[in-house]
Amino acid sequence: MGPVVLFAILATIAIVAALGMVFSRNAIHSALYLVLNLGTIAVFYLILNAPFIAMVQVAVYAGAIMVLFLFVIMLLGAERVGREAPEPWQRPLAISLGIALAATLIFSFFADPQAASTVTTMDASPAALGIALFERYVFPFEVTSVLLLTAMIGVVVLRSRKENRGG
Amino acid sequence: MNETVTVNWYVALGALLFAIGAIGVLVRRNTIIVFMCIELMLNSANLVFVAFARQFGDINGQIFVFFVMTVAAAEVAVGLALIVAIFRSKNSISIDEISLLKG
Repeated sequence: MGPVVLFAILATIAIVAALGMVFSRNAIHSALYLVLNLGTIAVFYLILNAPFIAMVQVAVYAGAIMVLFLFVIMLLGAERVGREAPEPWQRPLAISLGIALAATLIFSFFADPQAASTVTTMDASPAALGIALFERYVFPFEVTSVLLLTAMIGVVVLRSRKENRGG
Repeated sequence: MNETVTVNWYVALGALLFAIGAIGVLVRRNTIIVFMCIELMLNSANLVFVAFARQFGDINGQIFVFFVMTVAAAEVAVGLALIVAIFRSKNSISIDEISLLKG
């Protein structure tokens, strides 16, 4: 009973937090709901034998990305956008399409749980992850560094261009 | 069998979270919240990656989560810089206002 009850509680929190993020009026509240959702997903990672990813999730998402979001929201004073959903048909259409998407994706829920009961133990320690990352995935790892560098240069270019126009 | 949570439940949870994120992208007009919904969708994909990594005892699924997180971080940095730039020029971050390529 234990794992199932834990899963049910955490899944409920995650889904309620996601819904609260989508449907709250205030952008700050949305960001805080998203933090809650990311925290529950981090707990899921712990349950799923991925402790290092759980820590990275907390540090990178809740620690860095969400702080950046909150910072930008407060910097712009953009807690509320004036008009929401100007077309009246837009919201029901979006929600029905979303439910159709969920139904399509959940269809895989009824797939045959092949070897579902075989609990395979794997070494998911940070050391094992590092060895996999630097042996088999060295090239994607380097491409990732280029991606981050490109993003950094892009942000700097965006800001400096604004400075020139403004002054 | 009844004692454990199978990977199907994680797939269902990931699907629900992904659909909620997609609904948010379609419904909301605040660009920052649209970005947060994209983060939610990336996270649901990550959850399914980790669930299948556990299912098959394969660490490669967890490696992919790192790459997805990196892309998410880069996307957030560039996207928020774009939002700030657009806000400075248009004084609004409603995605209905951003209909011109030339600001």
